[in-house]
Amino acid sequence: MNPSPAASLRLEAKGIAKYYSHLTALQAINLRVDPADFIVVLGRNGAGKTTLLRLLATIIHPSEGSLWFDGIPVVQCPASLKSQFGFVGHESFLYDELTVRENLLFYARLYGLADGAHAVAIQLEALGLSARAGDLFRNLSRGLRQRVAIARALLHQPSLLLLDEPTTGLDAPSRERLHSLLRRLHQEGRTILFSSHDVAYGLALATRVVLLERGRIAFDGRNTPEAQAAVAGQLGSGGV
Amino acid sequence: MATVGATGWSALGRVSLAIAAKDFLSERRTKEVFITMVVFGFMVAVIFSFAFEPTNEEAQRMVGGLVWLVFFFSGILGLNRSFTRETLNECLQGLRLAPADPGAIYLGKLLSNLTFLLLAELILLVPFQVLFDVHFWREPLWLLVILVLGTWGYAALGTIFAAVSANTRMREFMLPLLVLPLCLPVLIVAVEATTRLLRGLPLDGNWPWIALLVLCFDIFFTLLPWFVFEAVLEQ
Repeated sequence: MNPSPAASLRLEAKGIAKYYSHLTALQAINLRVDPADFIVVLGRNGAGKTTLLRLLATIIHPSEGSLWFDGIPVVQCPASLKSQFGFVGHESFLYDELTVRENLLFYARLYGLADGAHAVAIQLEALGLSARAGDLFRNLSRGLRQRVAIARALLHQPSLLLLDEPTTGLDAPSRERLHSLLRRLHQEGRTILFSSHDVAYGLALATRVVLLERGRIAFDGRNTPEAQAAVAGQLGSGGV
Repeated sequence: MATVGATGWSALGRVSLAIAAKDFLSERRTKEVFITMVVFGFMVAVIFSFAFEPTNEEAQRMVGGLVWLVFFFSGILGLNRSFTRETLNECLQGLRLAPADPGAIYLGKLLSNLTFLLLAELILLVPFQVLFDVHFWREPLWLLVILVLGTWGYAALGTIFAAVSANTRMREFMLPLLVLPLCLPVLIVAVEATTRLLRGLPLDGNWPWIALLVLCFDIFFTLLPWFVFEAVLEQ
């Protein structure tokens, strides 16, 4: 349903730190994300998951260190490179007063999609939103809003998908649908990095685990039974 | 991220226009900015007409100032909404994901704000014309030049400071306090030129040069926020 991404992106964080006034959100982050990686970022509340994802999405800039895309520092990269990644945050980034379709068409225009209406129709179908396309965004439930936000992030067929706790507010069928969607996107060759407060859900999906503790990477490795045991031991198996 | 390459300019234009078009659609749906500005301006014009004897010569001389006073304060209402709309659901962060120079967000918001302000001003001239028995359209070209140049400078400064104050607790107070001092040169010129126009005095001599100076002011305060907008968003 989703065409393969045009190019895969190698992303590297070198010695990244992020400070907010006197608060240290992240420090000494060295992380390499290779094409087709499927990474879950785990950690307790306040561990720095959201800050890390926002940094990787270039929504915020690091206080120290640098971010590199395909061996080029992000500050030297063309702005067009942003079309290679999609981001789903805690908030939807969508407008209450516009309909679902109008919101997605707006983002299609931002990304300069040649056939925005077609791209929107594809995502509405993929996320099971076609019947609600004409509804105002403000009238949607939390779960539906999250699905529209995911449709927004996939609209331009990004090669790298960054999702910050994408299961928040989703009911069980929607979580299953998202599970299948992420698996399929990964099989199509996309790189996926997502954070989750649900350890079991994250470990069931990802092939690599990054554990954050107080703004530092406490563990980074393959999603093996040993890694799962170690992570579950630190966080508890149910959720954080 | 810096914009590199020829596609940067087309992306800048595309994103700016998309943001402005989105603002027009949002406004058509909610009518919260434009109606508020026009109703507020109309009410103030009516109050002014009671406060000053409209046929009085002194009042005639003051209309230029009163008009721009109404434009400024009704405009503040619209400018205040400009970025608060983007803070709901963190839409501003979504705009930052667009593959274009972040300055495109500023230019798009400036375009929509300038359009809303100019439309509101054209409508608000009507109650002043009726209540104060003045003729704005004696020199239509000069009137349009005054409106466009004065409003452009105001909108350029108002847009950047609306972005700065969007996340502050006292944004309703902050915005006029930040904009008015910087906007004063443009407002003074606009008031003086409008007054001369209404009194039938010619806008020749130094006035074309003053208009050019205001144009330079407008261009400067459009380019400067465009270049620093990413830093503003970072705050």
